[in-house]
Amino acid sequence: MADEPLLKVEDLRVSFTTEEGVVHAVDGVSFTVGAGEVLAIVGESGSGKSVTVMSLMGLTRGPNARFEGRALFEGRDLIAASDAELRKVRGAEIAMVFQDPMSSLDPVYRIGHQIVEQIRAHEPDVSKAQAYDRAAELMERVGIPRAGDRLRSYPHEFSGGMRQRVMIAMALSNSPQLLIADEPTTALDVTIQAQILDELRRLSAETGAGIILVTHDLGVVADIADRIVVMYAGRVVEQGSLDELFYDPQHPYTWGLLGSITRIDRDRTQRLPAIPGLPPSLLTPPEGCHFRPRCPHAFERCIEVPGLEARLPQAPEHIDRCWLEPERKRELRQVGDQIGLASPESVGS
Amino acid sequence: MSRFIVRRLFAALLVLFVISVLTFLIFQVIPNGDPAARIGGQHANAATIAEIRHTWGFDKPIYVQYIKTMGQIINGTVVSYSQGVNVLDSIRQGLPATLSLAIGAGIIWLSLGVLFGVITAIRAGRFTDRALTVLSFIGVSSPPFFLGALAIYYLGYKLSIIPLGGYVPLTQNPWHWFTHLIAPWLVLSVLFIGIYSRVLRSTILDTINEDYVRTARAKGLSERQVLVRHVLRNSLIPIVSLWGLDFAQVIGGGAILTESVFNLHGVGQFAAYSISALDVPPVLVVTMLTAFFVVLLSAVVDIIYAVLDPRIRLVG
Repeated sequence: MADEPLLKVEDLRVSFTTEEGVVHAVDGVSFTVGAGEVLAIVGESGSGKSVTVMSLMGLTRGPNARFEGRALFEGRDLIAASDAELRKVRGAEIAMVFQDPMSSLDPVYRIGHQIVEQIRAHEPDVSKAQAYDRAAELMERVGIPRAGDRLRSYPHEFSGGMRQRVMIAMALSNSPQLLIADEPTTALDVTIQAQILDELRRLSAETGAGIILVTHDLGVVADIADRIVVMYAGRVVEQGSLDELFYDPQHPYTWGLLGSITRIDRDRTQRLPAIPGLPPSLLTPPEGCHFRPRCPHAFERCIEVPGLEARLPQAPEHIDRCWLEPERKRELRQVGDQIGLASPESVGS
Repeated sequence: MSRFIVRRLFAALLVLFVISVLTFLIFQVIPNGDPAARIGGQHANAATIAEIRHTWGFDKPIYVQYIKTMGQIINGTVVSYSQGVNVLDSIRQGLPATLSLAIGAGIIWLSLGVLFGVITAIRAGRFTDRALTVLSFIGVSSPPFFLGALAIYYLGYKLSIIPLGGYVPLTQNPWHWFTHLIAPWLVLSVLFIGIYSRVLRSTILDTINEDYVRTARAKGLSERQVLVRHVLRNSLIPIVSLWGLDFAQVIGGGAILTESVFNLHGVGQFAAYSISALDVPPVLVVTMLTAFFVVLLSAVVDIIYAVLDPRIRLVG
């Protein structure tokens, strides 16, 4: 990717003023997405991953929201763009698939109507009949059988997986360059999850669209993402290629995420390891490294915020926010024969 | 659909039967309810009253009296105790005024209620919202006889903009029909506008946070399209059922206060007079008429519901 990336987010900050104080939901996030690339943003609930991507679309705008930083998409700054400019981008150049397909479609309109509505919002010259033809094509492309008939169905007549396919078909209806999928499979059965992810990967390959996949489940991204951004409490804590993150993870939070993936080859008599504690309140985040209070390996220096930088000479694109020496990390992250976050007791002993 | 209609018709008959029995019984237990004494008047002696009781059939068992009265209602010969006139004729005479009042007011309160509901919702928390909220509370807490009296005194008596009351048939003089009804329409509508705008405001504010509204925005629709096609379309569903029932009440003679203040001689005013005279047959008929409209309109509301929300299926 020698040329400019499709999307370049630079030091994005989003805060919301609430009655209790200012919530720094996104605290200096930077990343890029290239055409045809699948970028995964991974983190727990409340890590700011959804706010990050919704802010790119202007969906978090409101009287209480404040934005800083830039998000350059084809030379335009999405953060500074007016509502009218953004509206032309939404759906047409950047499309979004949401978490809950059960509630993301309007219950009172037929599926076909909802897809056609989007097509004609951006391409008013397309006739209704043409738009319906295109909608049927799109539904077929995302694997909905008897697409032509199904256009006349209402959302409640579809299963969750089928509704998510409809959402994807709708997102693709104006051939966007970038597709944002916010936890697209979280509400679905495991078997349907795999199908939807396959669908997304295939569509990205076919259309050359970039994809941002937001998820809390590292397992989901293992076979679809090119690069991964790990977010924690509003900040990026680690970023790198899929291989770098899975085989040489640098941040203890990433170890915790990797350790908590359900795996078929894991000893089933043991409980699935979880990261102890809860994510911090974004109203009063802890000083220094945000992960410090939950990290069994924290030491004095963690009271300072570590910079997001490359710490491995052989991997200049692999960046993280952890003060530990890479050599030391290699020992600490080994829990049994797998990567994980050691429990505090075992570290203390 | 035909199953739905049959079931609703059956339910309507049942409701009418129960309502009529209850209404009939209420007058048996009301103190001073003896119709014979009332018909006889102040100076009637015991013999006269006994004679009246016998000729009118008040000495028969209650169920016989009920069946007789219902029979008279069905064949159209039921007579009022206090006025001695045919009840159905009186209602027929009052119906044009009541229908004019109900239809005009129903249109006004529905459109203004929706308009104010939308305005307060999209301006939530700002000045317009607060001002209209205060106004709607004033509207909800102002009884029609108070507003009606104000309107007649200031607009009618002082400024002579509107007539002092009464009803002119539409067929006789459309302009006078309108000037006689404009104040009653507005007075009757004020309460409903207040309620509807509050209900719609809160439904819109709930709906606006729905995931499908976010989807609509993410599709790149304009804020107006999002509001009208997705927010409003879904928020109007509860308003439809409110309107159906309120409209049924008014059309069945429920606007007693408004009709009386403006002296419209409608069904409601007839009912008000009959109640004060403890006159069973007209009260019975008006009550059944209201119940009939409520049952009818709620069936219509259910049909509109099913059209507005495809998830709803019509089952009786």
